[in-house]
Amino acid sequence: MKLEELLEQKKKVIVDKWFDIVVDTYPTDTSRFLKSQKNPFSNPVGNTTQKSLAVLMDELLGKMDTDTINSFLDPIIRIRAIQDFTPSRAVSFLFSLKEIIRDQLKDKDFNETILIALTQFDRKIDLIAMAGFDIYMKCREKIYDIKANEEKNRTFKAFERAGLIKELPDNKTESQLV
Amino acid sequence: MSDLPKNNNELIEKIDYNPSQKGWMDTPTEIRKGMYCYASNPKSVEYIGLPNARQWNPLDDDWKLPANWKEIVHNAFKERLDRFRSFKVFMDICVRCGACADKCHFFIGTGDPKNMPVLRAELLRSVYRNDFTTAGKIFGKVAGARELTLDVLKEWWYYFFQCTECRRCSVFCPYGIDTAEITIMAREIFNLLGLNIDWIATPSANCYRTGNHLGIQPHAYKEMIEFFVDDIEEKTGVVVEPSFNKKGADILFITPSGDVFADPGTYTAMGYLMLFHYLKEQGLNITWSTYASEGGNFGFFTSHEMMKRLNAKMYAEAKRLGVKWILGGECGHMWRVITQYMETMNGPADFLQNPVSPITGTKFENANSTKMVHISEFTADLIYHGKLKLDKSRNDNQIVTFHDSCNPSRGMGMFEEPRYVIKNTCNRFYEMPSNTIKEQTFCCGSGSGLNAGEDMELRMCGGLPRANAVKHVHDKFGVNMLATICAIDRAALPALMNYWVPGVDVTGVTELVANALIMPGEKERTVNLRDEPLPGMEE
Repeated sequence: MKLEELLEQKKKVIVDKWFDIVVDTYPTDTSRFLKSQKNPFSNPVGNTTQKSLAVLMDELLGKMDTDTINSFLDPIIRIRAIQDFTPSRAVSFLFSLKEIIRDQLKDKDFNETILIALTQFDRKIDLIAMAGFDIYMKCREKIYDIKANEEKNRTFKAFERAGLIKELPDNKTESQLV
Repeated sequence: MSDLPKNNNELIEKIDYNPSQKGWMDTPTEIRKGMYCYASNPKSVEYIGLPNARQWNPLDDDWKLPANWKEIVHNAFKERLDRFRSFKVFMDICVRCGACADKCHFFIGTGDPKNMPVLRAELLRSVYRNDFTTAGKIFGKVAGARELTLDVLKEWWYYFFQCTECRRCSVFCPYGIDTAEITIMAREIFNLLGLNIDWIATPSANCYRTGNHLGIQPHAYKEMIEFFVDDIEEKTGVVVEPSFNKKGADILFITPSGDVFADPGTYTAMGYLMLFHYLKEQGLNITWSTYASEGGNFGFFTSHEMMKRLNAKMYAEAKRLGVKWILGGECGHMWRVITQYMETMNGPADFLQNPVSPITGTKFENANSTKMVHISEFTADLIYHGKLKLDKSRNDNQIVTFHDSCNPSRGMGMFEEPRYVIKNTCNRFYEMPSNTIKEQTFCCGSGSGLNAGEDMELRMCGGLPRANAVKHVHDKFGVNMLATICAIDRAALPALMNYWVPGVDVTGVTELVANALIMPGEKERTVNLRDEPLPGMEE
């Protein structure tokens, strides 16, 4: 049996375990809530995580479509980029999948074909992790962009539109006279 | 190679993250950048006469507290337990059923258990038990009691400035415990130690001194509104003529200064001007004040006394001008202050009359005690009586949803009026899911003075549940406009949308009214108030 077929059979167990690992990065009281509350609007973190991990697993077993991966990886990383995680902690859950998969295959015979396939599968996980780093950085840059420009966009622009700010003259005559 | 870790485990241990398994009392608090607001400017603290003004930094070990700070806290706690029956009851009555635990937007967004309302309150209760209950004094930690230490004070400060006093948790509490009131008490105590945040202290001082949060002086306030007049003429061909500080006007209009000085509130302010002009011929005699130039009340986030002082100027101005009643703009906490505190704080406003619409004759009996009517009630009544000529199709480029602001919804029970106005001015309106609107609305995450820039991560966490519901209607119905009736929302939600749901903009409800309003004598309208082409007018 091919590696992908083996993993396809165990997909639900793998995604569930992956989800547990992600939510267990939160304190116990929080992870209990993230696991139990099923309403997506009462529990956006838990539900976003669950939905995204399932799609990421589908893509790992399927086409590895870049747009799909980015659009489902983004919501989880976007949340973790502002929560109390270091950068490594924010994205480390992506690598955890390697351990989960090995754990699920531990009673299988590893022939050379499977081992090669597993290495290739690891490579795909690495690709997703690298995409995760990129998204994490984009989110952080966005936060700093908002911090830098929020007041300027709101108040300065309103005053400028109202003509209450005296702009520097276009030509240099005035400053040259000084 | 010598720089590599000696063994791989050393590196892995640093990265491997297992959250603390200890109880909350034994989990130390680390004040994290992005999650707190800067300390108050001592000049602002001094100006409003609050004690212990000084430079200090929340990240420093030494907060330069007064030597007797523990005594100050103990006495302030005791005084408030005696003075506010609700506070005493809230300290005693909680059975830790957990109904509130997962209802807080800050808990949902940060995932930090100390943001569960029950646990945030427990931060204070633990010291209450230690200082004021026999069981706590005898059994200590077993009875959930702990001594007040510097670390406890810092923990209080960190988490009571991670609560927006939105009161969503109180909707779910079977005992009706209002966590907002617990936060209010904690913040009062901080103010006795000079521990306010600057985003609250300086607007309070500016409002007390000059009349509004930014400290904009009367002439600049007037100039800004005069610019709006020019802008309205450019877009509609109609010259509106607002009056300022007019003695003998029937109605005084008060709105948050954010509507006058910050986008996108400015478009809402233009909306007020157009609406008032439209109604002039029908008998509306209304004036703006350049002195009571702030509806917001950051005193509410400081202390009861400071709230009272800032609220009083609105009524003093109404008295000075001799108006009959006050019309209030689209503000959030102004309405909570008016509805829940004004009557016993600065009331009775018996020098004013029970509000009656000069256009429809409707008696706003709900406002008989405060003499202050909400612009959405006023506008909904006008529409109901067919007094406004509206062309809804002008807003067809806006696919609108409505965010119930915490204070008008949970603080004054206003759910239907703004919706009625939106449905009569827009063709495309979609509600967010039912557990995220009306009395269950999720806070913007930036209320109660937390809409600073330095705490952006906190704001994005706190606003996550709201943004998540907006994203749902954005994806499902193509919603591109988030309407709201609160100036802090208009200030805070654009940033929230920018991070979580790009493609959604923020508007006040009166801006939508003004775009749809067919003004007598207007030229062909080709653009909306934002200078964007109206539907069918794109080049």
